Formats: sequence, structure tokens, C-alpha cells
Amino acid sequence: MSKLIYATDKGLYCEAGDFYIDPWRPVERALVTHAHSDHARWGSNKYLCAEPGAKVLRHRIGQDAQIEAIPYGQKLTLNDTTISFHPAGHILGSSQIRVERNGEVWAVSGDYKLDPDPTCAPYEPVRCHTFITESTFGLPIYAWQSNDELFTDINAWWEKNKRDGKTSLLLAYALGKAQRLLKGVDTSIGPIYTHGTVESLNQVYLSSGVTLPETARLSSMPRGTKFAGALVLAPPSAYGTPWQRQLNPVSAAFASGWMRVRGIRRRRSLDKGFPVSDHCDWQSLLKAIHLTGAENILVTHGYSQILVRYLQDQGLNAGTLSTQYEGEEETSTAEETSSDAVSKSAEETTFADGRDSADEIESAADKVEVQE
Amino acid sequence: MKHFTRLFVALDETTKTTEKVNAMSEYFSTCTPTDGAWTVYLLTGRKLRQLVPTARLAECVKEQAGLSDWLFAESYDAVGDLAETIALLLPPPTNNSDVPLREWVEDRLMPLRSKPEAEQKELLVKYWNELSTSERLVMNKIITGSFRIGVSQLLVVKALSKASGVDEPTIAHRLMGDWSPTEEFFTGLFSSDTQDADASRPYPFYLAYPLEQEPDALGEIADWLAEWKWDGIRSQLIRREGKTFIWSRGEELISERFPELMEAAEQLPDGTVIDGEILAWAEGEVLPFNLLQKRITRKSLSKKLLQEIPVALMAYDILEHNGIDVRIQPMNERRKMLVQLLTPGALDAAPSCRGQLNSIFRVSPSLMVSTWDELAESRKNSRELKVEGIMLKRADSAYGVGRRKGDWWKWKVNPFSIDAVLIYAQRGHGKRASLYTDYTFGVWHDGKLVPVAKAYSGLDDAEIRQVDAFIRQNTLEKFGPVRTVKPELVFEIAFEGIQHSPRHKSGVAVRFPRIARWRTDKPMQEADSLETLSSLINGGSSQ
Ligand SMILES: [Zn+2]
Ligand SMILES: [Zn+2]
Repeated sequence: MSKLIYATDKGLYCEAGDFYIDPWRPVERALVTHAHSDHARWGSNKYLCAEPGAKVLRHRIGQDAQIEAIPYGQKLTLNDTTISFHPAGHILGSSQIRVERNGEVWAVSGDYKLDPDPTCAPYEPVRCHTFITESTFGLPIYAWQSNDELFTDINAWWEKNKRDGKTSLLLAYALGKAQRLLKGVDTSIGPIYTHGTVESLNQVYLSSGVTLPETARLSSMPRGTKFAGALVLAPPSAYGTPWQRQLNPVSAAFASGWMRVRGIRRRRSLDKGFPVSDHCDWQSLLKAIHLTGAENILVTHGYSQILVRYLQDQGLNAGTLSTQYEGEEETSTAEETSSDAVSKSAEETTFADGRDSADEIESAADKVEVQE
Repeated sequence: MKHFTRLFVALDETTKTTEKVNAMSEYFSTCTPTDGAWTVYLLTGRKLRQLVPTARLAECVKEQAGLSDWLFAESYDAVGDLAETIALLLPPPTNNSDVPLREWVEDRLMPLRSKPEAEQKELLVKYWNELSTSERLVMNKIITGSFRIGVSQLLVVKALSKASGVDEPTIAHRLMGDWSPTEEFFTGLFSSDTQDADASRPYPFYLAYPLEQEPDALGEIADWLAEWKWDGIRSQLIRREGKTFIWSRGEELISERFPELMEAAEQLPDGTVIDGEILAWAEGEVLPFNLLQKRITRKSLSKKLLQEIPVALMAYDILEHNGIDVRIQPMNERRKMLVQLLTPGALDAAPSCRGQLNSIFRVSPSLMVSTWDELAESRKNSRELKVEGIMLKRADSAYGVGRRKGDWWKWKVNPFSIDAVLIYAQRGHGKRASLYTDYTFGVWHDGKLVPVAKAYSGLDDAEIRQVDAFIRQNTLEKFGPVRTVKPELVFEIAFEGIQHSPRHKSGVAVRFPRIARWRTDKPMQEADSLETLSSLINGGSSQ
């Protein structure tokens, strides 16, 4: 009997249920853990996801896609298997997918985190025999600070910039990270503006029932508006583009787990980095793996070799699973590569200074999906 | 420690020099004198000897974080900096303290060196447990003596000047030589009575602009003075009040490095400031620049070294004569004064290169040409004469300040270049610490690639990331920090000079190698050979 789930050239396949999980090529039936573009790809016939994430998924893969959604925890029979979605705590609607056949349980966790996040349902451990996990930050140097400490730092940075007459440009992934940050900052410090990519996802979050502080789309402001003292949320792709010029004088900060390492921040020539991630840090990965009670661990994207070796040292049955989810070794992860691709293309196109061109760049950035 | 760490973070978080200077001057205006003294000590790159062996630090953090050797090694590999790796791996602190920097260094860290191993470890753990991640990074950097945060002595001088209101040359003067980081030292830095530094004060250097067009665009050659562009250390030699000071262009006092110049300068009258190039020089010839470098970098100057690498001052300008600032005088007038001073009696004949006052002082000869074409012909001899090309100075120009277009031009010879294959890689420093950015390149010899050049700079960020990824995927062997890379990538390497070198495996050494471009179009078989490279010694053709 073949393994319940295995990797094919199209993606992770469950033969007994005849479905794929987060396939990277078009398939008949795709179960989707979450709407980040390395997990949710356009072109499959039928999609199935958790209910809270349905609108986000539709926003990412198109109005015409056939998307079905079921509540967290609700069981559904697909051929010889029973499947259900369970909160992964990564972004709105993110899920771990539990697959059961004749008492054998597998859980595919997609991307997940254990830290609290007021914009999505908290991570729930799924007991299983085989657990498929990512390992983007699978090194003990990665340890996140608490939300309290994080937002104390961000607020202090914003306040200092305000005192210095600067705009605070906070670069964060437009789907998930931006909303989490927005919900955590101290809105009494000043007004908050958004880049178009962030604003459109804010709208999807709002329509999905998540409350967020009030923001205004930067490009909807009248010409000549001064942004000094304000916070501007934008995707990393906006960094260094002509769009940014209207924010001068500006202090730019990147919110990403990679910012934990000084060298990575410094070579991007950023003033400031906030180490915050919607992925697990090292201790969270170990904790999550322990909570599943799984005896088999399959590790996908990230520092997979290292996590596997560590788990094997602990006496667990661990191996790597090769996928096309992004997050390969070191810094060239989806977080970095996608944003680089965008800033490159934005740089290559030279626009005259002005409002129209800023809009053009926004929409150019929109087209290139931000992955995480 | 908190105050100093805030400064460290502020310096680390900006690339703008004005912001760095502001952060430092704010710190110096508010710190205690003893903390200030230690801060100046650390920021100007003075180091304490390693206080705890690296291996013991690593062992200690492995125990604290419960890590195996390989997991620690992988972490170090990802971060690239030991002090930072340790700071990131330690469990969160359970204590909190705010002990002044002075107390940290003098009463806590320096005594560690003489403690037995067990006590060292116990204290390290106790100290780490009082500090945040960035404070730990600072502490570890003090312990390992690797305090490098991208501020030059010059910026520290600027900041101290800003905080104290004392002018920059005075501060630079007060920072020279040996001093101890004490309260008296720091308050002395801020003293507004600047007479102590008056005699040492240099003039701002006047710098030439690279000539980008053909020289005939400069007009009549008769309006210009032409001389060789010497390849040494641009310096100002100051003789005032019976004392001598030698400043480099980086506005660093380098007097101590050149005792023979200091001695010879006693023959100069008070009130003399000469601008010129210090060269390694023997038997009427320039010696290779790397020899001169030894004079700068060796910790102590032995008699042997002084004998092996004699120097000369190739003088080309005089800024102060008989105590009078003569910078406003025309270039050709200043030149006359200089010649008269250093080679008395020589003015009637053609200006001579022979020094008569003291053979260590030479006047850079004028090139006697009457057309631009003749000058271009002379320039072709540059490599043979081991000069970098030609300097053009407008005959009636005053001595300006800084780099200005118009009166002084440098007309350099073009660099050499070869195509070589990437064979070894090492991690970079500072902001590139987590990337492989230091490369060794080889050329063909007997069907093998022999290493000929190391180069760091020249690629853009995107290329660096691509090469880094290639290196990680194509590592053949690891020797400590060095990776042997599958030979495949070809780069054009530009360099300024080449000479025989028995110390190098290839038998040649190149000077100032840098990556001109990535030859993605070239298969490695078409890279250059050692024979081609060797043929460039002795002024072979350059493209
Ligand atoms: Zn994701
Ligand atoms: Zn992912």
C-alpha cells in the first residue's frame, strides 16, 4: 500500500482521496492550506479551503475559481479518506489539513505559527501519526520576541521618526503580516496610510469580519499631502521605488523574521528591521512537532536538513519532503526572492515623478504576487 | 552598558555618516567621562586582547542553550559572526542590570582573563543573564576584541568636535599616540585651550579629479605643470616649533611610522608644511607598494624592517613657507619655493629630482614636454617607472580644499585585466557576514587552475546573492571558513599592478585586484593562463 500522501510533479498528492494539497500545477481538486501564492496557485478546477479564508483565497486566485469552503473542524469524506481543516495561526483562514484513512492520520501543516495573532484563529495541535511541517526558520538562532516587546519597539521607532519629522515606512508582507502589524501598533501616535496592495487586502480582511484600525490609501490623498509623522504600510517591493519618494524624509523598516540576523538587514541597506514572522521560530517548531505526538515527521521548505538531523538525534523518524514551496536555504526564501523580483522590475521601469506613475507602480507590484 | 548599547544600535542602524556623527556626539555630550573614554577607545578600533578563548565561549553557549556541536556550527554558518551567534543562541535573560560601561570593562570583563576556566564560565553566564540580545552582542564583541561597527576614526573625531566645540585637527592631535581610557583623558579631549595642538595642525588636502576626456581639452599645455602620479602614501609633513608631524590624507597622524623622515625633518626650518607622497624607495627607484604597506601595518618597526624598506618623501607642493600660509600663491611660484628649500641652488638649471638638503626629500620632477602628444608618449612609460600615470596641475592655480574639478587632474593608466575562474570562497565581513563574498580566482597552468587573486568588490547585490547560492550548491570541500568551489564561473579581474612573488604559489602577485564583471558568456576553459598573466610583468600590454 502506498503512502497516504506523497510528492508528485504536480504537488502533494493523496491517492486514497484523489486530491492534491497546495499543488504547484493545475489539478482537478486542490485542498488549500492558505492563500499565500506559493501554496495557492491559480488554474485548478476545484478548490477546497477553510471558511474564514475563502474570501482571501478568492481575492488571490480569481473571481471565477470554483471555491468550496468548510468550517474549521468539520469532517468531510473524500473517496476513501476523511479530511478536515484546523487553524494554523499563520494568516486569516490558514489551516492544517488532517487526512485520515482506516485510522491512520496525517496532518499537512502548510505554514503555521504558535504565537498569538489577533487577525486569525490560534494554532491548534492536530494529533497524528505523520506530520508534514515547514522549517523556514529551523535554526536555534531564530527566536521571536513577544508581541508586547515587538510593538513597544515599533511604536518607539514610529514616535522617534515623528519627532524627527520623518515618515515611518513599514515594509511587510501584504497578506497577513501587514494586518497583524496594523492591529498591534499604537494608533494614537499618528495617521496610518497604506500602499494599494496592502489596502486591497485590508478590505478583504474587513469583509471577512476582522476588525482593523482606520487607514487611508496613500494614493487617494490629494496631491501635496505631507506624510511626516505618519506610518505607511507597504509591501517590501515598494522599497526603493520612485513611489517611495513622496514619503521623504523617510525611515524604512522591514518586518521579517530574517531581520533577526544583523548581516541580512545590513546588506539590504535598511535603517531598521523588526524580527517578526508568521512562521514558527525554532522552539515553536519543536513544540508543535511534540504536540502532534507524531512518530513520523516530514520536513518541507526551509532549513529542512538541519531540522531533520535534529529530530533524528532525538530518536524521531524524520525525513525531508521535496516540494516547491519557497523558503530554500539561507536567505533566498520566498520572502526575499519575490520581493527582490518586484523591486527589480519596478526599478527597471523608469517613471516620471508624480501621482499617476506612483499608481502604475502600485499596480505593477500588485501583479507580482507576494509569497511567504 | 545600556547607554553604550543604544549608541551601538544607532550606529548600526544607519549608513548615513551625518546620522552616525549625530548619534555619537549626542552620546559624548551626555556620557560620564570614564564611559566616554572607553567609548572613544572602542570606537577608534583600539582593542583589548581576547579576554576569553573563542572555544571556551562557544562551549559555554552550547551548554547554556543545550546545543550539539553541529547545530552550533550550522548556526554560526548562518550568522557569520561569533559574537552575534552567541548573542542569538543564549536563552532569554532572567535578570536585568544597568552597569556603566567603565565598570563592565574594567571591573567585570578585563579581570576575566586571569580567572580559572570554571570561574570564567560561571561569570560569563551570570553576565549574559543580565543583558538583552544587543547588550550581549556588545559584551561579546568586547571580549573577542572584534569591535568593528563601521565608524572611522575620522567620524569619531567629527563627533567629538561637535560635542566639545573643539576643532577637528585638535581632537585628532589629542587622539594620537598612546593614551589610556581615563577620566582625565576624556576631559582633556574636551579642553577648549587648543594651544597644545596648534603646531600639529595640517591643511586640508587638495585632491585631483580623474581626467575623463583627452588632455588637449584642457587647452594649451604651456598652462600646465605635468608630473608623475606617484603611488605611495599622500602626506603632509609639518615642521613647526621644533616639532615634526606627518599626516596622511585620511587625516591620520602617521609620524611614528617614519622615524627617518622625522629625523631628516629636523633640517627643515620652522614654519614649513610640505605636501607629497611617501614612497618606499631605494637606489633611485620606487619599490612596490606592498612593501610600503608593511611600514604602515607592522605592529613594531624593527631596525631590519627600516633597513629593508627605506622610504623617501616625493615632495610636490609647499603649503606653508617661513611660517606663512602660501596656498594662495600660484602653483609654479610654490614649486619654486619648494625647489629652493629642498634643492638649494638648483633653480637656475632645470628642476632636478636629486635632493640636496637631504636625499630623503626629493622634488617630484616636472615632465618637460611641449605637446600633449609628447605627454601621451611619456605616459606610456608609467608602468615601467612604477607610477600610476600623470598629474596635471594648472600653473597659476592656488592650493584648494578637497576634490575640485578644474585645476588638478589625474590622468591614470588603464588597469590590467584578465579572465579568471572562481575557485575558493569565504564569507564576507560586516553587512556581508552571512554571504560568501570573498573570492579567490585562478588561471590555467599545466591544465590546472592556480590561485592568483583575491577580490571582494565589484558585483552588485543581486549578483552577490546569485554567486552565494552557486557557492553553497557547488561546494566541493570545506576547510574551516573556506569553501572549495566547483570551477565554473568566470570573472574579469582588473588590477593595478603585477610583480614576481616567490611567496605566492603562482609566482606572481597582483595589486588592487577587483571584479570588473561577471563573464557569464565565457566557459571556464577560455579563462586566461598563468603565462599570459606573467607576460604582463615589466609593463606588458594592458587593454
Ligand atoms: Zn504562508
Ligand atoms: Zn510558505
